[in-house]
Amino acid sequence: MNADVAVAAVGARTLRVLRSFGRAALFFADLVLHIPGALRRFGLVVRQIHAIGNLSLLIIMASGLAVGFVLALQMYYALVTYGATESLGLIVNLSLVRELGPVVTALLFAGRAGTSLTAEIGLMKAGEQLSAMEMMAVDPRSRVLAPRFIGGVISMPLLALLFSAVGILGAYVVGVLLIGLDSGNFWSLMQSRVDVWRDVGNGVAKSFAFGIVCTAVALYQGYETEATPEGVAYATTRTVVVSSLSVLAIDFMLTALMFSTP
Amino acid sequence: MSKKGIETMVGLFVLLGLAGALFLSLKAANLASFGERKGYTVSAKFDNIGGLKARAPVRSAGVTIGRVKRISLDPKTYQGVVTMEIDEGVRFPKDSSAKILTSGLLGDQYIGLEPGADDKELAGGDVIHQTQSAVVLENLIGQMIFNKAAEAGDSTEKKHEPAK
Repeated sequence: MNADVAVAAVGARTLRVLRSFGRAALFFADLVLHIPGALRRFGLVVRQIHAIGNLSLLIIMASGLAVGFVLALQMYYALVTYGATESLGLIVNLSLVRELGPVVTALLFAGRAGTSLTAEIGLMKAGEQLSAMEMMAVDPRSRVLAPRFIGGVISMPLLALLFSAVGILGAYVVGVLLIGLDSGNFWSLMQSRVDVWRDVGNGVAKSFAFGIVCTAVALYQGYETEATPEGVAYATTRTVVVSSLSVLAIDFMLTALMFSTP
Repeated sequence: MSKKGIETMVGLFVLLGLAGALFLSLKAANLASFGERKGYTVSAKFDNIGGLKARAPVRSAGVTIGRVKRISLDPKTYQGVVTMEIDEGVRFPKDSSAKILTSGLLGDQYIGLEPGADDKELAGGDVIHQTQSAVVLENLIGQMIFNKAAEAGDSTEKKHEPAK
């Protein structure tokens, strides 16, 4: 192979990657610009909150409960060696509110709601419904994409809050009701050491960011999909991979920013 | 599902989420004890503040009456300056003393205020002069090991003497 061909291949690849970044950024800007238009038809947003939020409720709360159970059990085994079991609730609370709540909710959200968004939009595109809307002078971005985006961004923090709350209740069930720790200690240590703005507030801010990322990725993958069955399948897979990885990366950055000072 | 039904379901979902937020902030965090934070600030200088942190409680007779607001170093005397905010309703005599104490053996450090006998009361911006620094566990352990070693040295000397 000639050297110039190899160099050209590298250049083409770089340009392709850059172009996809640019397309995603333009798509995101376009999405944000269409938010006011979608808010005027709030009925569409409500329908999407139902499809994205309400229907994810069961899996989120079940997972939250399970995570709370398991965390409490594992922490108890670890803490009992140091005689520090009274801080069980505090540890479970902080790890749920700061990290696990937002992150696990976002990962589940990508699997439960993100995939359905991508598949829905991808099939709309494959069935030329989006083009048909454009033909009727209806902008699919403000009619189809923006309501879903708002719905996802509203649903995610609520789901993450519920995940943490149910997880703490699960830890209460295991720690206080099953193991028999003192329930007064369980709550009062939390109340003295967990700060509403610093811990709970930052957790909500995180899940808000994850909501934006997960929903935007899902919509972008659906909108850019190849209009074939394989294309939709591939786009759905990519939604899960891309949103999960970006959630983990963003979580690391946000944690470093928010909790860098003790 | 009808439009009305969907709206009800979404309303329930949002209310449930808000209930979760309320639970997290009231039952599982410190919002309830956050509201009545209105007080006056006093400061105290310590030779060693140990592991005291901002937002640590200020207690008198075990009752939390305020929080540590700020910790800094006095550049002239090289002492730690602890600024604390004490609840408005609680007034202390001017010659009260402040100690840095530890809750439990290895627990968190807090400031213990002990009232003096002066007629005048501490006001905002005042300085508490009588202070006692934190007990640093390493120093204590070091001292104990030193004492034990000295004792052991004495006893071996005594044992050797009759053998002579």
